[in-house]
Amino acid sequence: MSATPMSLTQSARKGRRELKNVVATTLIVSSFVVALIPLTLIVVYVFQRGASILSWSFLTEDLPFSNRREGGGIYPAIIGTLVITGAATAMAVPLGILGGIYLNEYGGPGVFARIVRFLADVMTGVPSIVMGLFIYTIWVLPRKQSGLSGFAGALALGCLMLPIVIRTTEEILKLVPDELREGSYALGTRKAQTIRRVVFPSAAPGIISGALLGIARVAGETAPLLFTIGVVSVANFNVFEGANTALPPQIYTNANTFGGFDAAQDRAWGMALALILIVFLFTLIARIFTTIYTRRSTAV
Amino acid sequence: MTDTATATTRFGAVATTQAQTATPEPDEAPPRERSPDEEPERARELVFNLSDVEIAYSGVTAVTGVNLDIAANEISAFIGPSGCGKTTVLRSLNRMHDITPGAEVRGSITYHGEDLYASKVDPAEVRRRIGMVFQKPNPFPKSVYDNVAYGPRINGAKRSEISDIVEKALTQAALWDEVDGKLRKSALALSGGQQQRLCIARCLAVEPDVILMDEPCSALDPIATARIEDLMDELKNVYTIVIVTHNMQQAARVSDRTAFFTAEVDDNGQRHGRLIEYDVTETMFTHPSDPRTEGYITGRFG
Repeated sequence: MSATPMSLTQSARKGRRELKNVVATTLIVSSFVVALIPLTLIVVYVFQRGASILSWSFLTEDLPFSNRREGGGIYPAIIGTLVITGAATAMAVPLGILGGIYLNEYGGPGVFARIVRFLADVMTGVPSIVMGLFIYTIWVLPRKQSGLSGFAGALALGCLMLPIVIRTTEEILKLVPDELREGSYALGTRKAQTIRRVVFPSAAPGIISGALLGIARVAGETAPLLFTIGVVSVANFNVFEGANTALPPQIYTNANTFGGFDAAQDRAWGMALALILIVFLFTLIARIFTTIYTRRSTAV
Repeated sequence: MTDTATATTRFGAVATTQAQTATPEPDEAPPRERSPDEEPERARELVFNLSDVEIAYSGVTAVTGVNLDIAANEISAFIGPSGCGKTTVLRSLNRMHDITPGAEVRGSITYHGEDLYASKVDPAEVRRRIGMVFQKPNPFPKSVYDNVAYGPRINGAKRSEISDIVEKALTQAALWDEVDGKLRKSALALSGGQQQRLCIARCLAVEPDVILMDEPCSALDPIATARIEDLMDELKNVYTIVIVTHNMQQAARVSDRTAFFTAEVDDNGQRHGRLIEYDVTETMFTHPSDPRTEGYITGRFG
């Protein structure tokens, strides 16, 4: 056998391979662009319409008594969104994380864990308005007028968040290598200590991201708040007492005020922009937080 | 020398008889040996006694017919081809199988004469006394210091003692000079060999009685391997070491006693691991009594 001279620059079936490469690359890039178009359009349009109305007084003044009036601000709605989402987070995130830990570390393939997992999956698919109706029926109605409060809204949002947090926590914990668990057990530690000091810290950045996804998801929810928090035109910092308001339902009612009431339309755009910025800010803060946390625990 | 010679015949006998019948041999020695003061003439203080041990995963037997004694301050090596159950046996010594769903250990394993699998035995306490170093270095994603301090902290060491414990453990593991001044850096930034020595230091920090090593050098280069082997030689003055290795030369270099396992297919077509021979390392490598051991050692199979 004589040695065939080989060329390093020309491999077999070069043309076909290159063609495939070009086609695949084009497809991937173009789908990325297509996916980006609606996103950019929304952000750009909301900025265009909302930026002109956004001002310090718009952010700090009380809501106008009627949507049909001009002027006024959105301060009560911002406060409402913050306290209601905050209360929902305070209830759903710890519970969800504990639930996720149970599913992955204790329940495993057991029957009870399988049932919980299934129910969490079903709960993720429940439309948010159903969650609102549910809280309206079991919490608001028995208390009549005093039932309308930020807390009732937070309950509804919490129910929406809970399954998201449970399932993401479980998925993240699955990624923690068993070698770490074994390494900890081999030092004579108990299960709870291993989870608390090795498993959870390793998974924390991912779990925080999961919780954040949940928060971002519910911060913009309208339906669960429509019949649970009532209406108010001054800021109410108390989640537990008195009616409250929030950005999404305010956007809904203002945008719904038709017939020459441009002020209401503008207000809706301004609030939409404010809401996007708030969610963006949340995400940013959490990202910075997780980056610092990850860097500290795996720093070189 | 005489001591070793008597022990040799005893264990040679155990290894051969075990294949035929369960003889009274294994019962004879262990229970009376708890206190070395009572019988000062006995040089070998038994740490583990395994008799008729069989381990199954989800009902499928992985290894069976294991009878062996492991003595204090010796290095015992488990060798054999892949899938022969050496790691499985090793993990039964500190009840690591408790956390594997479906794993079941039958037969008797005693530790200093006490039944390791008695219902009142606390597996966490067992593992505190019988540490383990794994095949793949598995430092926690924490700093070097926190990795070593982890065990003592969990076991309630005082804050003031911990830094001394950490320094001592890292020195014992021959890592102190390399990480001094880098204690607050992440353990994941260390090289593979350093990470494995860190895992050894982490194990030493809880002051165990026995160290089980599951192919501790398989992911390391020859230089790092040599360091860890030297380390084992020093550690055996204080600790009892059991090591699983794929590397026969390593077993020959470091161990006092060697157990040879192999996998065999039984009448029902099931593949089980089995202990073939357990003897003083030198004898195992020069005059193995079983042809299968000889075949493996000389490279005829495996």
